[in-house]
Amino acid sequence: MLTLYGKSFASRLLLGTAQYPSPESLKQAVKGSGAEIVTVSLRRESARALTGQGFWALIEELGCRVLPNTAGCRTAKEAIATAHMARELFGTIWVKLEVIANDDTLQPDLFGLVEAAAALSAEGFEVLPYTTEDLSAAERLVAVGCAVLMPWGAPIGSARGLINKDALRTLRAYFPGIPLIIDAGIGKPSHASEAMEMGYDAILLNTAVAKAVDPVKMAEAFAKAIEAGRLAFEAGAIEPRNMASPSTPVAGTPFFKIDHAS
Amino acid sequence: MKILLNGEALATDAKTLDELCARLGLAEAKIATAVNGNFVAAIERSATKLAPADEIEIVAPRQGG
Repeated sequence: MLTLYGKSFASRLLLGTAQYPSPESLKQAVKGSGAEIVTVSLRRESARALTGQGFWALIEELGCRVLPNTAGCRTAKEAIATAHMARELFGTIWVKLEVIANDDTLQPDLFGLVEAAAALSAEGFEVLPYTTEDLSAAERLVAVGCAVLMPWGAPIGSARGLINKDALRTLRAYFPGIPLIIDAGIGKPSHASEAMEMGYDAILLNTAVAKAVDPVKMAEAFAKAIEAGRLAFEAGAIEPRNMASPSTPVAGTPFFKIDHAS
Repeated sequence: MKILLNGEALATDAKTLDELCARLGLAEAKIATAVNGNFVAAIERSATKLAPADEIEIVAPRQGG
């Protein structure tokens, strides 16, 4: 079971709700993924279109726990205000905290992130910070109250998988007791499986499913890959070696002769 | 008076944030609000007086990653 801030979940996949070809496709993808947690955002509401009202009805229908994000926030102040709005709107103290430093890379502003995480944690929020694989930033986030860390695999929407595996392994080794979720950059189920084999606790993704040719099928593929990766981690993989080692017993091989026997 | 609502200029004679939301047809809607960068809780909207050039944000649930 995946446990985040005292809540347990059978699924280790957290799914984003954006960019699907249709609301029905989103619904089916969430169902196919088995995800119990979906990420949402808040955006300016037009009194004419009332877009958010229809979307909320759809989310309620899914019956998942919602994890609101602060996507697009550029400062700690913006992120804190957005988290407050999200808490009231969605009725949850969970927040996927994003403070974005750069429009091209969408990389987290680690300084603003730690500042916002400290303020929100002190107010009673349960913060899930979108961070990098940087160890010192992770230490600061934990020190200010984050009980979950969400390092990126690669930039958001880039589909490049785990770019810095060494640092991600270090992070895993350094925080054995903190749930670690790879958030962003996953493109294929094999990327997700690899992270799970490394001992990561869960995967948060959106684009790889929503933009797939068949989002529902891809959601199922990710669910299976994540489950397989987790099972492999629990099973304990063998160590790679340089030379071959026969798997079939050598003793009793027919026609066997010792080389250069005299 | 003129205010900025969700980044766009708006002329309104609403006295409070609550009144503004009602005039926009959002009285019963699932929304959250902020004034000049600071969150304003639903229960505080009726006591939140609007002033010229106030920057109001009215947000609702939306798709997110």
